[in-house]
Amino acid sequence: MDHAIQFDDVSVHYGGKTALRQITLAIPKKQIFGIIGPANSGKTTLLKCINRTLDFTPAARVSGKVVVAGRDVAGFRNVYELRRRVGMVFPLPVGLPLTIYENVAYAPRRAGIHDRAELEVLVEHCLHQAMLWDEVSDRLDMLGTRLSGGQQQRLTLARALSHRPEILCLDEFSIAIDPVTTMKIEDVLLELKEQMTIVLVTNLVQQARRLADRTAFLSAGTLIEEGETEKIFTQPVNRLTERYVNGEFG
Amino acid sequence: MNEPFDAKSSENQYKLLGELTVPLDDSELFTATSVEHWKQVTEKIAWFVCLLATLVLIVPMMAILTYLLVQAWPALSFSFLVENPHNYMTAGGIWAPLVGTFWLVWISLLIAAPVGVLAGVYLNEYARDNWCTRIINLAVVNLAGVPSIIHALFGVGAFVMFAGMGRSLLAASCTLAVMTLPVIITSTREALAAVPRAFREACWNLGASRWQTIRTIVLPNSISGILTGVILQVSRAAGETAPILFTGAVFFSTLPEYGIQAFFPYGLGDRCMALSMHLFTLSTQVRGVTPALQYGTAVVLIGLVLAVNSLSIGLRVYLRSRKKW
Repeated sequence: MDHAIQFDDVSVHYGGKTALRQITLAIPKKQIFGIIGPANSGKTTLLKCINRTLDFTPAARVSGKVVVAGRDVAGFRNVYELRRRVGMVFPLPVGLPLTIYENVAYAPRRAGIHDRAELEVLVEHCLHQAMLWDEVSDRLDMLGTRLSGGQQQRLTLARALSHRPEILCLDEFSIAIDPVTTMKIEDVLLELKEQMTIVLVTNLVQQARRLADRTAFLSAGTLIEEGETEKIFTQPVNRLTERYVNGEFG
Repeated sequence: MNEPFDAKSSENQYKLLGELTVPLDDSELFTATSVEHWKQVTEKIAWFVCLLATLVLIVPMMAILTYLLVQAWPALSFSFLVENPHNYMTAGGIWAPLVGTFWLVWISLLIAAPVGVLAGVYLNEYARDNWCTRIINLAVVNLAGVPSIIHALFGVGAFVMFAGMGRSLLAASCTLAVMTLPVIITSTREALAAVPRAFREACWNLGASRWQTIRTIVLPNSISGILTGVILQVSRAAGETAPILFTGAVFFSTLPEYGIQAFFPYGLGDRCMALSMHLFTLSTQVRGVTPALQYGTAVVLIGLVLAVNSLSIGLRVYLRSRKKW
């Protein structure tokens, strides 16, 4: 099995509203997979299917099959194992009401790591990866909620990396981060893909073009087109894709 | 070259904009429009009405407190607190009812607080939003509005008779606990609901279980609201007469006034006196009581309630200062 994630005929309905329509999609291992599409096209819902946080939305009904690391996610008796394998960063930066250190140490602690030295190394490493270490290294005991929006977003990224996921899902991770830092994080992501599969949902079409190996274009809950990023951007098959990547619609 | 000022076109603007006129020169630029005038007037009216409502609330309360204090002044002393009533309750102090009220409230709190808070946690954090949960919520809210005498009758049926506790401190405390539970549950739910859902989702995405999320994030950040609700119910339990009337309070019992026995006079199966009940007895059942004694009892009861309430306010201020977002 060479795919990190497979969607097999996945549909999601919220009450009477259809969020995803029969998505069939395979995301290869150790690549960056871009997902682009206009607002309300189901990008975030697609991510929520991967680690089953959609379970927390009672109105959502999922049909079809999502396979992560060769296993059907619906078949995970222990969802915590699944969520440990999948790191999630959502667009709204949420610093937990804990210190910066505890924010990053939260997931490892919940996963049973209590050794102080090990935690310290891990926290520093993750903050480095999220390009936040230099700004907060002298005030790790400050509340995470007191950081600025962009810093909190990087804190969220550090937190998602803290449990060493096999799959990292980034949903608009850069909307509150300044361009220079964004570029630095993008470099980190390119390094990280040696170790993990990265799913990158972005509204910045050019970001997908810079980073992604393959890209999928979603619109109104339907998968319009999927393929090599260069091909999507230069010779899209679908007229809708062409208009979107050229900024004519969306 | 500037064009000459075109009056005709600005007239056209007047027509287009109707009442909301555009200022034509500098003198009009800084005059308030009628809308802005009205804004100022309504602002003043709103301020005044709200202030009036607050005064309506405060003035009678201060009047009652002052009147009580003045009337009770001759009776108030330290010995009034620590002496038992004697001479058929026409003299002496309020030690026995004071201790009785203390234990009634304390035991009812020990029962109601854990059950109420955990039930609130279940309803807010775990329960799915379906018709069953909605009925439970409705029942809890309605239960909070049930008159205390109904709770008393329930207590007689359930605890005194069915559970075989007899008329006792335990039965009375259980009845008080049942009476205070709905409000504790409701205030707990509201305190929990005030914690943003985003925090929970962030934790779930990190692989934390619901309980870990509740324990590490949700409860520490809602504890001030929860405690406030609980403590306010303590003061309510201290003041209610009806629920203990049939379930465990007695008109009169003597207690040791000295030594350790004075503080632990009652077993769970004993009947006890209580301040609220004592006040009722003094006012209606006993002849020849000096008014100062009645007012004194009332002052102590109100003082107790006020003390507990200020404790809750203090605690809330302290915990809120540590709130983390």
